[in-house]
Amino acid sequence: MSANKVLMKGTDAIAEAAIQAGCRCYFGYPITPQNEIPEYMSRRMDEVGGVFLQGESEIASINMVHGAAATGARAMTSSSSPGISLKQEGLSFLAAQEIPAVIVNIVRGGPGLGNIAPSQGDYYQATRGGGHGDYRMPVFAPASIQELYDITMESFDIADIYRTPVMIIGDGMMGQMMEPIVKHAQPPADLPPKDYILTGAQGRPSRILRSLILHPPEMEEHNWKLKRKYDLMRQTLPRHEEYMIDDAKMVVVAYGTAARIAKGAVKRARAEGLKVGLMRPITLWPFPDEAVAAIAKKAKLFLVFEMSTGQMIDDVKLAMSGGVECEFYGRPGGVVPAPQEIQRIIERHWLQKEL
Amino acid sequence: MKKIFGRPASLKANPFHYCPGCGHSILHRLVAEVIDEMDIRGHTIGIPPAGCAVLAYNYFDVDMVESAHGRGCAIATGVKRARPDCLVFTYQGDGDISAIGTAETLHAANRGELITSIFVNNAVYGMTGGQMAPTTMLGQKTSTSPYGRRAKVEGYPLKITDLIANLPGAAYVVRTSLATPAKVNATKKAIRKGFEIQRQGLGYALIEVLSPCPTNWKLSSVESFKYLEDVMEKEFVPGVLKDITKEKA
Repeated sequence: MSANKVLMKGTDAIAEAAIQAGCRCYFGYPITPQNEIPEYMSRRMDEVGGVFLQGESEIASINMVHGAAATGARAMTSSSSPGISLKQEGLSFLAAQEIPAVIVNIVRGGPGLGNIAPSQGDYYQATRGGGHGDYRMPVFAPASIQELYDITMESFDIADIYRTPVMIIGDGMMGQMMEPIVKHAQPPADLPPKDYILTGAQGRPSRILRSLILHPPEMEEHNWKLKRKYDLMRQTLPRHEEYMIDDAKMVVVAYGTAARIAKGAVKRARAEGLKVGLMRPITLWPFPDEAVAAIAKKAKLFLVFEMSTGQMIDDVKLAMSGGVECEFYGRPGGVVPAPQEIQRIIERHWLQKEL
Repeated sequence: MKKIFGRPASLKANPFHYCPGCGHSILHRLVAEVIDEMDIRGHTIGIPPAGCAVLAYNYFDVDMVESAHGRGCAIATGVKRARPDCLVFTYQGDGDISAIGTAETLHAANRGELITSIFVNNAVYGMTGGQMAPTTMLGQKTSTSPYGRRAKVEGYPLKITDLIANLPGAAYVVRTSLATPAKVNATKKAIRKGFEIQRQGLGYALIEVLSPCPTNWKLSSVESFKYLEDVMEKEFVPGVLKDITKEKA
């Protein structure tokens, strides 16, 4: 067994991965179910000589991230759905000023205060920009604690490479669950020099980080510049996992916690002789369009399963081409179904469509 | 020939966009002169507000990061915590610092953040066209208080500077005015002191500067300076509200 193999819960894995990735500035505001992240950070930042500060609100916290990241520091914040709503102003400004940061959303049932149970109701908000203005943001949806750890670490590199906020989406299940993981150091990445950061204008011309561009043609050019960056992300970032896809007539599409449940259901259906597979988007934006389209050419039926009333299904339908049908099953509001429930849904569609 | 007056090195050679008679132009110059005199241009990071002074980065020749409306003190907190070696200042209007940004300002002050806020109080929202500000005077007509500010409807002028003077994290809290050349000089001294307090690590510093807005007050430049002294200074009384260096002495 590797010396670095440890049993960790999701929230701690996120926080420790951030520390290992060189994050030395964390700002956040308490909200359940993600409080273990700021609690972990409040201990660890002291040990590594970093900055932990509990802001007076989510709005203040994301702006503190903005300030720290503007000086070149690796900075992050975390929150849960209602708090992420409050951070949208800050996300828009980070995207506009092209400032890297990592934002974790441990999604809970909603809308409104909702509840603190696992949910996937924030998909639209995360993948459609959320804040105002014409921007996009990479969104990762890990489905294991090891993946939470690895993706959190990698998110800091992606944020730096593309000068963008990056969001990691989880839920109370991913946050609270414990799994053995291998803690490893950050793999070296080819990062661009941070030639935009504010350090005081000693020995060089002064720098400005701004998003006010009053001249419409100039603003348009900035929008197109961002668009070109997003197009590059669409080429390089999409990521997904395929499970028993090759001979599958029916493919379940699910992400995060829902994908773990769906995987259990697919295993059970396979044991019954049904040729069912799982397609798990790991990036929600950019969405793995090409992978969905390729699978759609072979499979006869898609079943999108989300812990919401249906949001990612829009992206699945946009991505798939050809005559494949697409069904949906959702459990919103914080309900976490067992694999048996999804298995029954799989079997019902299998029989109805006479696959 | 000896040059006795010129553009401060910390001001770019861009003509100000501010209206004739506006206090921002005077105040920008004062801040730049202080940065020059303290020789800290290369170590200063400024945060302009949303409002008329959002374009301050077109004038100050220092590193600047633009803030969303009211969030200056939160951004400044992040900057300062990440770069404690830099001198960090926010430049904010009355709506920015004491309406939408009240929470960010009060909590930064209460934490004793080592930042300096320069707060321009002209009792009106200038950039958006003269709406009522938290500091609008009772009876003052604005585009959203067309009958004059009424205490029972719109509430009272908010004195955030007085509130902050009560917070233990605040080290230096002062209200000055631009009404006369002598008061302009006093304002410059206050800015210098506010920066020095930060460099000494003593706590949060706030310099409120009463400043004319002839355009939205619908007064001539001369009349607006008179209004500043005769009316605004009666409600917002200039003076040192807190100075822990004096208390220690």
